[in-house]
Amino acid sequence: MTVTFRIWRQEGTNDPGKLTDYEVEGLTDDMSFLEALDHLNETLVIKNEKVIAYEYDCREGICGQCGVFINGRAHGPHANMTTCQLHMRSFNDGDTIVVEPWRADSFPVVKDLVVDRSALDRIIEQGGYISAKTGTAPEANAVPIGKEIADKAMDAAACIGCGACVATCKNSSAALFTAAKINHLNSLPQGKPEQHQRVLAMTEQMQEEGFGHCTFTGACEVECPEGISITNIAEMNNRVIRASIFG
Amino acid sequence: MTRLNAKVPEGRLEDKWRNYQAKSSLINPANKKKLKIIVVGSGLAGAGAAATLAELGYEIQCFCYQDSARRAHSVAAQGGVNAAKNYQHDGDSVWRMFYDTLKGGDFRSREANVYRLAELSAPLIDHFTQQGVPFAREYGGVLVNRSFGGVQVQRTFYARGQTGQQLLLAAYAQLYKMIRAKKVEMLTRHEMLDLVVINGQAKGIIARDLTSGELKRFAADAVVLATGGYSRVFRLSTLAIGCNGSAIWKAHKQGAYFASPSFTQIHPTALPQSSEAQSKLTLMSESLRNDGRIWVPQNKEDTRKANDIPEEERDYYLERRYPSFGNLAPRDIASRAAKERIDAGHGVGRLKNAVYLDFKHAIRQFGLDTIRDRYGNLFTMYKKITGIDAYQEPMQISPAAHFSMGGLWVDYELMTTIPGLYAIGECNFSDHGANRLGANSLLQASVDGYFILPNTINNYLAGALKEEQETTEHPEFARVEQEVQENIDRLLAVNGTKTVDHFHRELGKIMWQECAMSRNEAGLQCAIEQITQIRTNFWSDVKVTGHDKEMNTELEKALRLADFIELGLLMCTDALNREESCGAHFREEFQTPDGEAIRVDDVYSYVSAWEYGAENFKHHEEALKFEFIEPTVRSYK
Ligand SMILES: Cc1cc2nc3c(=O)[nH]c(=O)nc-3n(C[C@H](O)[C@H](O)[C@H](O)COP(=O)(O)OP(=O)(O)OC[C@H]3O[C@@H](n4cnc5c(N)ncnc54)[C@H](O)[C@@H]3O)c2cc1C
Ligand code: FES
Repeated sequence: MTVTFRIWRQEGTNDPGKLTDYEVEGLTDDMSFLEALDHLNETLVIKNEKVIAYEYDCREGICGQCGVFINGRAHGPHANMTTCQLHMRSFNDGDTIVVEPWRADSFPVVKDLVVDRSALDRIIEQGGYISAKTGTAPEANAVPIGKEIADKAMDAAACIGCGACVATCKNSSAALFTAAKINHLNSLPQGKPEQHQRVLAMTEQMQEEGFGHCTFTGACEVECPEGISITNIAEMNNRVIRASIFG
Repeated sequence: MTRLNAKVPEGRLEDKWRNYQAKSSLINPANKKKLKIIVVGSGLAGAGAAATLAELGYEIQCFCYQDSARRAHSVAAQGGVNAAKNYQHDGDSVWRMFYDTLKGGDFRSREANVYRLAELSAPLIDHFTQQGVPFAREYGGVLVNRSFGGVQVQRTFYARGQTGQQLLLAAYAQLYKMIRAKKVEMLTRHEMLDLVVINGQAKGIIARDLTSGELKRFAADAVVLATGGYSRVFRLSTLAIGCNGSAIWKAHKQGAYFASPSFTQIHPTALPQSSEAQSKLTLMSESLRNDGRIWVPQNKEDTRKANDIPEEERDYYLERRYPSFGNLAPRDIASRAAKERIDAGHGVGRLKNAVYLDFKHAIRQFGLDTIRDRYGNLFTMYKKITGIDAYQEPMQISPAAHFSMGGLWVDYELMTTIPGLYAIGECNFSDHGANRLGANSLLQASVDGYFILPNTINNYLAGALKEEQETTEHPEFARVEQEVQENIDRLLAVNGTKTVDHFHRELGKIMWQECAMSRNEAGLQCAIEQITQIRTNFWSDVKVTGHDKEMNTELEKALRLADFIELGLLMCTDALNREESCGAHFREEFQTPDGEAIRVDDVYSYVSAWEYGAENFKHHEEALKFEFIEPTVRSYK
């Protein structure tokens, strides 16, 4: 098949960017979307042009690195899927496919489709952990955790940190990301002692990084590759209130 | 020979680690502050080590090439992590786990290391649980186990199908805790391009800032490599695309010995390559083999759809050859049997490179609901990738390069042959021998980083305290940096006609054909010639556009491939040296008439450790002594 990729090109954070068209031939429908871009890059090299910078690593939908905007949707046309899991059979011969980087003030463009998501790491830095030291752990079964709690913690913990929630939110809010981590840790007995500190520090950092407020539009839940539920945000808000009273 | 001192402590197996700890040097906390350690890698091994060493009081700089430490490839492991807890009372013990691991590796690993791995597994689960890993639980709240990878006891702990992700996120969180405490400086998007050795000791690294392209010098009192596996040398593998061997290869060139480089685990249940353009292979969980039956058409030219081929014209070759283990034969055996059928012309699928994994019989026996319940998520993933509904027609699977058992040679302290340089996790050679048992790798990476290295590194650093600390002003830093720059300049100057991927595909094909599941002398010799030719062609005809003082993903790939090409040569050389068959290493000349491996203990009961030489590699041996067990023959008939 032949498609036209309309791709955002930008040399560096402070340079202007623009969309550029590339017609790509010889694609097959079982190629992944990223393989199609690889193919395009090889043709660019041969034409003596610079390759398009985009990110990926695992190509299995788990490392969270490959996020881009495709035809106006985070990670492309399907719900709950990463870019690397998208295949060309989702497009038609002759399509024009618009590919842009995540757009959010807190995620500056580094180059082309690559953005800087370190703001998410800095939210974790403020309390997205349990202060355990190596060698101080009790026997694992000494603290029973009911299956329902463990499953709920796991649902939240499944977040891959790709940033699709931020990118797709009209407010560029990081609420789903932050809520997922807070609920994972705060719902487990090991995470309880620091729960109030954690929720306050992490939500404060979220604001400091310039992420917008959540207005419960729900787009994040649709685009989240792990289908993390928006109810996590409600739960986080509840935890914030409790923490400001009891913390 | 004298340099290969494994430093195995004295005493009974059970006492060795305790004896070691009792006698190793300690460092006063006030002095630890003055010591700097570089940790390259933020996977389970690297993040665990960096966080723990920082807790101990050292100053740490941690590096990864991704945009965040949380994306290291450990994140992709699905199956689980082993620990001898014997929660199920099914007869598990540290000893049994030690024995299973040693036997699984075909007696090509060091007894004392393997015992320590099993010994430290139970506290590791405690440790991860305390960090908040949401392991699977029973309703009553206790941890669940399952059996995995051909082991007869249930010793595998898991967090849904995302165990690696959850363990890594826990380690990453500990790392960020120490970043907040200002004890770790995290350098993401930085790639180590060389090691700096001063007076025979590792004293720092040269790294490239992948955003600006700038080369930077970092000095430290010790350097820890935790850079993961290098099976991307085959190009198509189950590894993340960025996984590479550059850091360990550069360390090797600076003097660190490379052990058992050719031992690569080939996983039998990956999705087949579907086109030339393909960039990686996806792993399907091994658990599918519990219910799926593997077959190929008896007739080579059979063009019918799978469901149209009648039972009597199907060859259930695993069940035929290994009646007692059947479809559950170990990874190396199942992979090799598939390759044998594919090579004989019975492969299926568009590229004739796959075998069928059929659930028809299981669905008939247990019902669709049960199968959906057991494997539903895997069937969904299969559909996402291939567009095929495996409830209706058989899956197509194919063997794929998966895990590097080889890596930098390390002693019991996990130190390489360069004093002050350590290697932990998948990038060292230890513990797995010639084959890795499922769910033992997350374990090894984690205990290396959390428990072992933080206990052993003091022994070396205690000495470092008395010496003068080197700074990046030392002329050796300038010299190595200049070499790195020249290498980059040379690469950019080639300006040839072929892409990096073109050469990688060529290298991958040769490595896959001659140095993967089965090897023979003529093939390996031919591979060495061909790879030498690829090296020449690469350096005269590769084309990399853009320049080096910018983000240039093509240049990153090119630098990694240049190292893979050299590593490929060493892998073939190693495979040629070992005239026996063991574990993942199957030399066709050494097999019984019915195709089973012949191990030659009298001669090859050693770890091969290679010293770098520009013209050829020099072979050293670490003899393996089995004091506590008697090596037996693995049989799965
Ligand atoms: C698909 C898949 C499934 C698996 N499933 C299981 C399983 O179920 N159970 C199990 O036990 N094992 C499993 N394994 C194996 C296991 O995941 C790995 O062996 C293990 O996670 C390796 O951890 P590591 O810390 O050594 O390396 P990695 O996690 O690969 O980390 C390497 C780190 O080094 C960094 N790095 C590399 N080179 C450089 C450089 N030059 N400069 C700077 N940084 C660098 C990377 O950025 C990264 O941070 C699986 C592997 C794969 C591929
Ligand atoms: S590349 Fe890892 S999630 Fe897509």
